[in-house]
Amino acid sequence: MSPGRVAWNDPPGGFHPASAPDYLPLPRLRELQLQRLQGVVARAHERVPLFRRRMEERGLDPGALRALPDLGRLPFTVKSDLRDTYPFGLFASPMEEIVRLHASSGTTGKPIVVAYTKADLEVWTEVMVRTFAACGLHRGDIVQNAYGYGLFTGGLGAHYGAEALGATVIPTSGGNTERQLMVLQDFGATALCCTPSYFLHLVERARELQVDLSRLRVGVFGAEPWSEAMRQRIQEESGIRAYDIYGLSEIIGPGVGAECAAQDGLHLFEDHFYPEIIDPVTGEVLPEGAEGELVLTTLSKQAMPMIRYRTRDVTALVSEPCRCGRTLRRIRRIGRRSDDMFIIRGVNVFPSQVETALLEVKGTLPHYQIVLTRAKGLDEMEVKVEVTPELFSDKIRELEGLHRRLEAAIDHVLGIRAKVTLVEPRSLARSEGKAKRVTDLRSV
Amino acid sequence: MLRQLSLFLENRPGQLRAPCEALARAGVDILTMSLADTDQFGLLRLVVRDAERGRRALEEAGMVVNVADVVPIEVDDRPGGLAAVLAALDEGQIGVEYMYPFAAGPRAGKAAIVFRFDDPPRALAAVQARGLRVLDESELVAKKL
Repeated sequence: MSPGRVAWNDPPGGFHPASAPDYLPLPRLRELQLQRLQGVVARAHERVPLFRRRMEERGLDPGALRALPDLGRLPFTVKSDLRDTYPFGLFASPMEEIVRLHASSGTTGKPIVVAYTKADLEVWTEVMVRTFAACGLHRGDIVQNAYGYGLFTGGLGAHYGAEALGATVIPTSGGNTERQLMVLQDFGATALCCTPSYFLHLVERARELQVDLSRLRVGVFGAEPWSEAMRQRIQEESGIRAYDIYGLSEIIGPGVGAECAAQDGLHLFEDHFYPEIIDPVTGEVLPEGAEGELVLTTLSKQAMPMIRYRTRDVTALVSEPCRCGRTLRRIRRIGRRSDDMFIIRGVNVFPSQVETALLEVKGTLPHYQIVLTRAKGLDEMEVKVEVTPELFSDKIRELEGLHRRLEAAIDHVLGIRAKVTLVEPRSLARSEGKAKRVTDLRSV
Repeated sequence: MLRQLSLFLENRPGQLRAPCEALARAGVDILTMSLADTDQFGLLRLVVRDAERGRRALEEAGMVVNVADVVPIEVDDRPGGLAAVLAALDEGQIGVEYMYPFAAGPRAGKAAIVFRFDDPPRALAAVQARGLRVLDESELVAKKL
């Protein structure tokens, strides 16, 4: 931190005062974390029956939490706990203190509901200010917010953060591509918030409609996993800087972590969210730097504290100092989820790796399905790939070449031989929510 | 130039029926066709009387249709007729990706299509049991002479 720098919109190097905690000396940060952790665990124990019961079952009481690693003794919280206590069972504040409710889309049944007190909203706004500041935004920027407004946390979370930063916010919400483009051009937006895949769609339409996006400087992209390759493509095609942000409703919404100018991992706002990395199978806490499932504990949430929430997102913690000077630890970009993982012939495989391979071959992702079988004690993996109009040729040797390249790419990316089967367009089952990519027919 | 429609088919029994029925429903006449196969998949190529209507009929039946231009070349119906055309293409350094003939049958109003089956005796029995006429070689040869 450079003391004496008061105006956050000074030339590069300055930062918004809200970003000060990003630069806390580590001993001070750890002390703050422990203090807040003790408070939040005590609150959860006192006010949320589920947390109290689970701690008592293990003979734990909040007073036993003397150091940060002691957190590892507390039980995990998982998504089904939110569903099982639907709608308000995990609330730690009376309704008269709760000023906002959000909910997930509930693609697999009842949605999950999350709550905020006034203080929680202030924290949320603060971490979103820090998110935008890390992405290089400041007062004077015109931020078009195309995250959906409503029950989804993305829209309002980004909205209040950008406003509190002092930027000009255009709350377009999601959808209506041509209108988005008209506003982007006519209002001269310098920054855009949306999912990375939607941005690519916007760029494509902008080219067709000859919309001028030259004033756009920064993209704040989240709400879905994306790869470094996709960032390169976005930056090359549009000339903007594309930043990855991270968050989930169960913890607060967007604002859990964000990339800085270094674009080398996402800083976690550790003074509000405490991270652990665990082995997704054993639940054991892994040493720093190891890849595993991210577990988050909220350190300041009042209305809905979360203790050791299993995010199912697979990443690794990076504690080496960042070029930007922030002392906050970073997580590696998230491209996989632990609940998607399957093991074949002893190797851990994620559908995202299969996607990477398919993308490598043709640049567009066809509809696909992974089928696992076991023949004579040996695991077999078949990848069914729909022949889309882009992949289709009337020449046998081109289709055979495509088939060979798909098999080679999977072998190359996964280190596993898979049988690729080209199947007719639209022949693979579609699901209304998230695509079900893996069918495991192996009998255990 | 002729417009050719092609379809990707999975290599399993029954896959040819749907496109042919879709064309039948739309009243689109098939002039000739070729089925290329690999152990992985099949490729059905069709020349129909109204390519645009054929394409729409197939697409409405949920199929993905590839449209390509093919070139019908007249060949003298005598020994060496095809060889002469191929010699001309070769001299022009034009490679042939694939080819298939238009076929005429031995009787007026009938066309002859040559099928290849996995199990010819079983197929023959099944076809004859349904009252379909299987041409023998001599008939086709006689017609040609």
